[in-house]
Amino acid sequence: MTKALAVCRKELRQISRDRRTLVILLFVPAFFLLLYGFALNFDIRHVKLIVEDRDGTQASRAMVSAFINSGYFDLAGAVYSPADAELALDLDRARAVLVIPEGFGRDLSSGRAAPVQVIIGGDNANTATTVMGYAANILRSAGAALAPAGPSSSEVVPPVTVEPRIWYNPELRSTLFLVPGLIAYIAMITAVASTALSIVREKEVGTMEQVRMAPIDTLSFIVGKTIPYFLISLASAVLIILASMVLFGLPMRGDWMSLLVALSLFLIGALATGLLISTASDTQQVAFQIALLISLLPTLMLSGFIFPIASMPRALQLITYVVPARYFLVALRGIVLKGSSVGHLIVPLAALAAYALTMLSLASIRLARERA
Amino acid sequence: MPAIDVQHLTRRFGAFVAVDDLSFSVRRGEIFGFLGSNGAGKSTTIRMLCGLLRPTSGTAMVDGVDVARDPEGVKRRIGYMSQRFSLYELLTVDQNISFFGGIYGLSPERLAERRRFAIEMAGLEGREKTVARQLAGGWRQRLALGCAMLHEPSILFLDEPTGGVDPLSRRRFWRLIDSLSQSGVTILVTTHYLDEAERCHRVALIHAGRLAVIGTPGEVKRVFADRLIVEVRAASPVEVMRALDTMPEVEKTSLFGTAVHAVLRPGAGGETSLAERLRLQGVEVDTVSAVLPSLEDVFLDVVDRAERGRGTAA
Repeated sequence: MTKALAVCRKELRQISRDRRTLVILLFVPAFFLLLYGFALNFDIRHVKLIVEDRDGTQASRAMVSAFINSGYFDLAGAVYSPADAELALDLDRARAVLVIPEGFGRDLSSGRAAPVQVIIGGDNANTATTVMGYAANILRSAGAALAPAGPSSSEVVPPVTVEPRIWYNPELRSTLFLVPGLIAYIAMITAVASTALSIVREKEVGTMEQVRMAPIDTLSFIVGKTIPYFLISLASAVLIILASMVLFGLPMRGDWMSLLVALSLFLIGALATGLLISTASDTQQVAFQIALLISLLPTLMLSGFIFPIASMPRALQLITYVVPARYFLVALRGIVLKGSSVGHLIVPLAALAAYALTMLSLASIRLARERA
Repeated sequence: MPAIDVQHLTRRFGAFVAVDDLSFSVRRGEIFGFLGSNGAGKSTTIRMLCGLLRPTSGTAMVDGVDVARDPEGVKRRIGYMSQRFSLYELLTVDQNISFFGGIYGLSPERLAERRRFAIEMAGLEGREKTVARQLAGGWRQRLALGCAMLHEPSILFLDEPTGGVDPLSRRRFWRLIDSLSQSGVTILVTTHYLDEAERCHRVALIHAGRLAVIGTPGEVKRVFADRLIVEVRAASPVEVMRALDTMPEVEKTSLFGTAVHAVLRPGAGGETSLAERLRLQGVEVDTVSAVLPSLEDVFLDVVDRAERGRGTAA
């Protein structure tokens, strides 16, 4: 173990001298968080809305106000013909058009159905779906408010009503869903790259060969090499979690101890992946490319970070079982959003531990073979 | 017991035979030069002797330890330094020593003692806090040697230890090697510099994975016993070479800097008759003189004959 300590101390001294690497490991992740955190947002606000009000009554104006006051739509102007509305969509001056037909107020007050048309630019299908949802909600609630209260309307109250409640994230802010994924992704990059690049760099400058000539066992080498990067990537991960709380209002409903357990297991797995990658590459460039392919892309695509696992084809779903971020995300979202603790997360935590153990074993076998 | 004893050592990589049935032994305290062109199998042999690479067949005993059976035991007994003077550039002289002492498992007391030795040997007194990157080539080289000697190995492997170092530092380094040898340390050194090979007690020349010649530098040069080497200096060495190559008594020619070395066949006339014939052919020469063979002559001759031997065998 004194040999592991020697490696560990050497590594820490080296990192502390190498300001650039230290800054990259500690602060670039936080910078990534800012960049992606603000850009990756599936909520849509300030949709430019053009109004074609052919009715011009108090009721029609109330409907327009309901759209604008919702906060989702900004009034981008008024048009008075379908041709102008089309032009506005074509010129991208508006993403949606609200058309209120003549007689809207009259129909509404007499209790008849009063159709309203909403035209949405479908060139961005994701946005269009969301905007349609917003519009339908506004129309439903505004329509109900505008309809006259009377015996005729109270008769048609349906016997069963649904009152949906969204737990943990009542406003359905996509940020709360995405930020944990971002944390996993950034922590993965930092951890995998740190060990992979540090060993490959030693190969490049030739010190690795010198170390191989010494009677140091693989375990001491791995332990000594991993501990410093574990501490740094843990600090970096805690930093981005804190930043997510301050910047994106990520809650912390669980306890820090559980979070630390999940984070540690995840990071050890990632660091071991980096060790394994270092055994398969002789240059930092190759190491980074392998890291990108086998750990970063799967973390982004196959972890449930952005695309739900349940809706993937069966073959891809099978792959997700070996993507550690999949389990970490369940644990992280569980802890920060739902307040779960270690006891609730036995399965994902066990999976993370299994991944870490497998990677460490593979890395030691490969490193030992490289030395003999 | 010899310090290093190699018997029928062979290493294959797939179909390629990197080291082919190599046998030699190195005495204690000997400076043993290991020569050969790039790819001749020097590095592969050293890696096997250091316990990094398993031999395909044959045995190698280093300080009485079988490299195939106990590679870790070998590592404890040897010191190794490569041409890259592998130090941690960002660490200070002291921190480098601490690290290498640490991975060799030295106790704090022993490390303190060996640290003094290494610093003194490298001549780095007062520069313990200097970052390795800021050291000039010669200092780095001696520090690397010091780090390789921390655990007091009885055998030292030096893989092209003087690459990229100025002549003064090279000379100083070789004085260090001599004194280590006198204190009983066995040194196996590979080098491209044939003047350095002259300083070895014995040299082995390997070519295409096989041992071509072995012996003291003097013995090795005796491959030229019945042949004469004539050095011709002229304004146009290329023209001289062309003329010499047409003469039947000339076995072969090679360029040595600005001079031409011609190896004469056994029984050929001396340098004076050669000078006469060159003049007859109208080739202008400055001097023509018989010279003693250098290791470089030996090297070229051996490689040449090995290549030709292979040609007839095929």
